[in-house]
Amino acid sequence: MPIILKNLTLADGSRSDIRIEGDTIVEMGTISGSGIDCDSLIGLPGFVDPHTHLREPGFEASETVLSGSRAAAAGGYTAVCAMANTLPVADTAEIVDAVLDAGAEAGYCQVQPIGAVTNDLAGKQLSEISQMHQSRANVKMFSDDGICVSDPALMQEALAQVKVFGGVIAQHAQDPERTQGAQMNAGALAIELGLTGWPRLAEEDIIARDALLAEQTGARLHICHLTTAGGVEVVRWAKQRGITITAEVTPHHLLLTEELVRSYDPVYKVNPPLRTDADTKALIAGVLDGTIDVLGTDHAPHSAEKKEAEWGHAAFGMLGLETAASILHQVLAGTGSLTWQLFEQLISSRPAALTGLSDHGQLAVGRKANITVFNPHEDLAASTISQSLSSNNPYAGMVFKGRVQHTLYNGIFTVRDQKLQELK
Amino acid sequence: MKHLVSIKDLNIDSAISLLASSQELALVNQRQVKKLPTLRGKTVVNLFYENSTRTRISFEIAAKRLSADVINFDASTSSLSKGESLKDTALTLEALGADVIVMRHPMSGAAQRLASSDWIRGSVINAGDGSHEHPTQALLDALTMQQRLDLGSNFKGLKVLIVGDILHSRVARSNIFLLKLLGAEVSVAGPETLVPIEISKLGVTVHHDFDQALADQPNVVMMLRVQAERMSKDLFPSASSYVKFWSLGGHRLAGLGPEVVIMHPGPMNRGFEISAEAADDPRSAVLQQVTNGLAVRMAVLQTTLSGGN
Repeated sequence: MPIILKNLTLADGSRSDIRIEGDTIVEMGTISGSGIDCDSLIGLPGFVDPHTHLREPGFEASETVLSGSRAAAAGGYTAVCAMANTLPVADTAEIVDAVLDAGAEAGYCQVQPIGAVTNDLAGKQLSEISQMHQSRANVKMFSDDGICVSDPALMQEALAQVKVFGGVIAQHAQDPERTQGAQMNAGALAIELGLTGWPRLAEEDIIARDALLAEQTGARLHICHLTTAGGVEVVRWAKQRGITITAEVTPHHLLLTEELVRSYDPVYKVNPPLRTDADTKALIAGVLDGTIDVLGTDHAPHSAEKKEAEWGHAAFGMLGLETAASILHQVLAGTGSLTWQLFEQLISSRPAALTGLSDHGQLAVGRKANITVFNPHEDLAASTISQSLSSNNPYAGMVFKGRVQHTLYNGIFTVRDQKLQELK
Repeated sequence: MKHLVSIKDLNIDSAISLLASSQELALVNQRQVKKLPTLRGKTVVNLFYENSTRTRISFEIAAKRLSADVINFDASTSSLSKGESLKDTALTLEALGADVIVMRHPMSGAAQRLASSDWIRGSVINAGDGSHEHPTQALLDALTMQQRLDLGSNFKGLKVLIVGDILHSRVARSNIFLLKLLGAEVSVAGPETLVPIEISKLGVTVHHDFDQALADQPNVVMMLRVQAERMSKDLFPSASSYVKFWSLGGHRLAGLGPEVVIMHPGPMNRGFEISAEAADDPRSAVLQQVTNGLAVRMAVLQTTLSGGN
């Protein structure tokens, strides 16, 4: 049975129907015959998350590839890139292939493994980068996310290696020396709360250093989760210089600030930390002027006991997949500069290009039917999200404007009428 | 007032009222029979994740003078050293019927975490959390200032200078918050590494020169203990340079006016941040602070358990 989506508004403002046969978009424009009415809804290429933690293998109490994929689909994602900090670490072809297969088995979205840059994320020795690239998982993005590749010689070598096949290193910019024991953004509030501060410079000068290394090697560099006004400026400078650099921002760094740490509730404990109102404004400005390329959720589920603890003992990280699109919509709408083209670029086409996921990021006849239909008129109560195995949701009590109406992954509804579909 | 986690839990009226209750209870401590029946049948647990014999003993005696049953739950001799979580410890104490948990913890915010959880029904009194707060210390310091300088409830115009490692000091934070609430002027002094300029955002004047700070003629000079574990972290060049620039003794002691009150939260490092002469000087209120600690802790226990104030 072909699926026909009727009366969609596309990102460029045009109206179109979409006919899907099998896993492919076979017709767009005005299509005769009845279908699913999408009048006043926005038809977008399926969302792509360049930065997800699925926790499998090793931390299945927090999330599995299946549960994380379901959360992704619920959030409108048709592809997620799974970070390498699992147990064992995704630093060999065997492990990335196993994650790839688990994603295919789950069937809710494409799960693209990210390979570790260094063995066991230890920052000492490069991992099997070429083998992971040549594996079935065809890894193109490598990251030690959660930990910075702090050794400049190793970082330069990693960039040189991925340059050979057009890959990219996604850096978690955090100078470990200056963030020992760091618990929150450095500044007056950290002093008031008696928590060890996380200096902005410890993020910004790693970005500057790596931008120069990318220039030197000619390789692609991606900066994960930008958080500071200064970091935005460094990336803006690097882009003006012609360096092949891309930058990511998370929903939480666009929306939340360090003031929440006053509660000492570890649901707000995240790496990198929540910063100030001035930083969120600079990040939003960076999104609007193109300095920041992509939204990455940094979805970081943690089982209850890792958060039911003192601030200092609790794990870093927060959920993100199911709320990301609604938050992005709300934030962009709040600027008065919301365009669906920018929304689509941030959440779909640019992350697809960044991560080399060619079946995603574009709505066109002949392409895979990876489609997200967004409803800007209805609210999402963040407390209602439910697909992750974990509940470290920092948005409880908040309501966002806009929500995912339908998600189609390879021509199959994973979400229909705001409800996650049971595939098996 | 169910919990006392932070000085910010208080307003000026509740702070003055706690100080007044403390003053009354201080009289009990001078009687032949130093005991009141107020908390008979109540169970107070001292939950100490960090060694502090002085503070624990002070809370223990305070609770006993109010006829409460007191249990000391010491991290070094319990399941805490076996990695039990704060939640499980709290649930256990709740199951055992603790009415108040007095907690000392090395992590900032731990007391607030416990108080805002649904793990316990009883009260939480913060006996020091990381570098954050030590509210009963600030209250006993304020009580000591009231007594020494005959302030009554009027702290306006009082000038207090706090000297040393402000950055890592919970005593400094609680004192700053309480003294500002009461209307006093607070300045802080210490090396740049231990007194970063952002501290001025707490509403205090920052000095990086002890002699200049003393030239402002504070009424109270509060010396903080330098914690030995900070010594290794390049926060100041050497012990001898610290003594030279930041110790209260010698010409600085000689230059203090006769009415100036010298305070120290203890334990003191004699010969380091405070000279033996300064510690034993008649202007030193160190032992009065200790005595007042009992009265303040009695008042706080009574107030949290009665739910009043």
